[in-house]
Amino acid sequence: MTVLDANGLDFRALGERVRAAEGDVEITNCCGQRFIGAGMSAKSIEIGGIPGNALGAYLDGAEITVRGNAQDAVGDTMNGGRIVIHGSVGDAVGYAMRGGSIFVRGNAGYRAGIHMKEYKDKVPLMVIGGCTGSFLGEYQAGGVIVVLGLGANGRRIVGNFSCTGMHGGKLFLRGDGRDVLFPAQVTARPAEEDDLAELRKYVGEYCELFGADAEEILASPFTVVTPDSKNPYKRMYVSN
Amino acid sequence: MSAVDFIFPEFEVVRNSDRCIACRVCERQCSNKVHSYNEERGAMLSDETKCVNCQRCVSLCPTRALKIVKSDCAFRENANWQPDTIKQVYRQASSGGVLLSAMGNPKPQPVYWDRILINASQVTNPSIDPLREPMETRVFLGKKPSRAERGPDGKLKTELSPQIDLSMPVMFSAMSYGSISYNAHASLARAAEALGICYNTGEGGLHEDFYRYGKNTIVQVASGRFGVHKDYLEAGAAIEIKMGQGAKPGIGGHLPGTKIVGDVSRTRMIPEGSDAISPAPHHDIYSIEDLRQLVYSLKEATAYKKPVIVKVAAVHNIAAIASGIARSGADIIAIDGYRGGTGAAPTLIRENVGIPIELALAAVDQRLRDEGIRGNVSLVVGGSIRSAADVVKAIALGADACYVATAALLALGCHLCRTCNTGNCNWGIATQRPELVKRLNPDIGSERLINLMTAWRHEIMELMGGMGINSIEALKGNRMMLRGVGLNEKELGILGISHAGE
Repeated sequence: MTVLDANGLDFRALGERVRAAEGDVEITNCCGQRFIGAGMSAKSIEIGGIPGNALGAYLDGAEITVRGNAQDAVGDTMNGGRIVIHGSVGDAVGYAMRGGSIFVRGNAGYRAGIHMKEYKDKVPLMVIGGCTGSFLGEYQAGGVIVVLGLGANGRRIVGNFSCTGMHGGKLFLRGDGRDVLFPAQVTARPAEEDDLAELRKYVGEYCELFGADAEEILASPFTVVTPDSKNPYKRMYVSN
Repeated sequence: MSAVDFIFPEFEVVRNSDRCIACRVCERQCSNKVHSYNEERGAMLSDETKCVNCQRCVSLCPTRALKIVKSDCAFRENANWQPDTIKQVYRQASSGGVLLSAMGNPKPQPVYWDRILINASQVTNPSIDPLREPMETRVFLGKKPSRAERGPDGKLKTELSPQIDLSMPVMFSAMSYGSISYNAHASLARAAEALGICYNTGEGGLHEDFYRYGKNTIVQVASGRFGVHKDYLEAGAAIEIKMGQGAKPGIGGHLPGTKIVGDVSRTRMIPEGSDAISPAPHHDIYSIEDLRQLVYSLKEATAYKKPVIVKVAAVHNIAAIASGIARSGADIIAIDGYRGGTGAAPTLIRENVGIPIELALAAVDQRLRDEGIRGNVSLVVGGSIRSAADVVKAIALGADACYVATAALLALGCHLCRTCNTGNCNWGIATQRPELVKRLNPDIGSERLINLMTAWRHEIMELMGGMGINSIEALKGNRMMLRGVGLNEKELGILGISHAGE
């Protein structure tokens, strides 16, 4: 394992060192350097401190662990691998991700999981332990988003306008979801046995990473949101 | 359908019965099912309501028995309520739908290229004959150093940021696999390689068969991020971030699920039959700083080996926008004017949003020069570049290169019927139906593109030679070589050119 002290390095200098390092990397004293791990495959990167925006953009199989918080655009257009955040993340986490998984112990900001998509066996997964801001899963075209709302203390666990334009994939919300206003083109229903079996895998992995009690989490009801149509705008146009 | 919804067919199929031999070629060739054979009468019939005037049957009729003419059945004349407008109201009243069109804006708005004339040498400075003298049409796109720098040993630093190397200042602009066919992409890729220029994947990903044309490929990253992954980013000569498109500024793209079949689905990496929706904005870009973040995330992911292009539509504040982009770390700005083509766009946006590329280009080039940052970026312009003369005028107005798409499609057989959105293209271009796609032979298609660009290159050299200029570099931004005709003071001022006679 190569240990890189990020102190005093700008993103480009740090990026060059991460790319040049053979094998796994530990970054210490990280303080806002962007683009760490961009496009990387087959490497494990452990980060102490707070990485900057676009952590793990286009990630292609590498594993990134952040011991604290991360900022905006974590896992942008990620293709494979895993990002584990032991704190909270900023806006637009997992934008357009199409593979791999992102686990966030705490909360996520606005626009989490926008335009996630899937293709055949490439189904991305994002699990948020806490709450999310508005526009969660907007334009979602595939993949799975799970919001556990741990520590919400009775507050609504997602912001406004969740699932606007959703036309694929699946969203799990812990709770009965009655306090969430969903758009007309999706269906929100209580999780059934099949759903819970699927969910158990995701929650299990979350608990393994962060040490929570899976049974306690799963004891709560869950809401599943899926789109009614994969062609939401079919009837919107007239050929001229 | 109520009587008020009836719209008289726009075209008439005129069949010369003296010539028609009822060979039924027209019937087999028409995907819109206009032609049919009547056994009883032993004659061909036409259903004109389905005709889009793509000229496929006309072109293939062996006896020249067919022609398509505009119907003279007309509403009562009205200068204010034109027939198209009336029909649009009927269509919307019956469907409640947003009007959808394809290809570039057909409205008679000003084409400034046609109001700009090119200079030539007479007597006092010699013109150059490109057949006899060396003439440079090669261009490099990317950041240019603002001054020469020397290392500690006194030697010139010659390391440049990554550049796109083109044999002539023209590239094929973005058209996605999905909006156009496999054979259309194959034709463009092969021609780009043979010509030493680039074609552009558009936002539909890159089919695995075309990775081998990588050094002649520009890969696009748009708001939907379709088909974007590490190998894709590394495959091309450059990466283009699509912020906007001239035909539909301010809105996203939407390839209907019916076109997401087979290879298109695999290349876009989304399931068959699912709509491919590119949102109007990039949801992570709200500012120039955010754009800078996307630019640098792409550079980090590709180890700074690829120039990054930012493509925007020409809109009102384009000069200020371009100034921002030039400071974002982008290497090249592509600007798409409002006459640019599209596979599908809401009619009203195509016809009412954006500004002409000529004015946008002149304004941007001037602004970047005024701010001393012109060398930060190369400028590529598109949005209806129709000929080598348009290319020469664009270069003289300040462009480094031009993007060409409609002209390339015409070379492949497009007859501008403007119904790409239906997916029934009889010429095998804007369709995914296998029986139609195979009508476009990539061997012939690429050859025709090579012919077209070879001819343009020669014309560019002749026009430059006439001015006594022997390289694109010496023509670039050389507005003294242009004069306007019939333009007002304001237009001349924005274009930065004098009036003819001045």
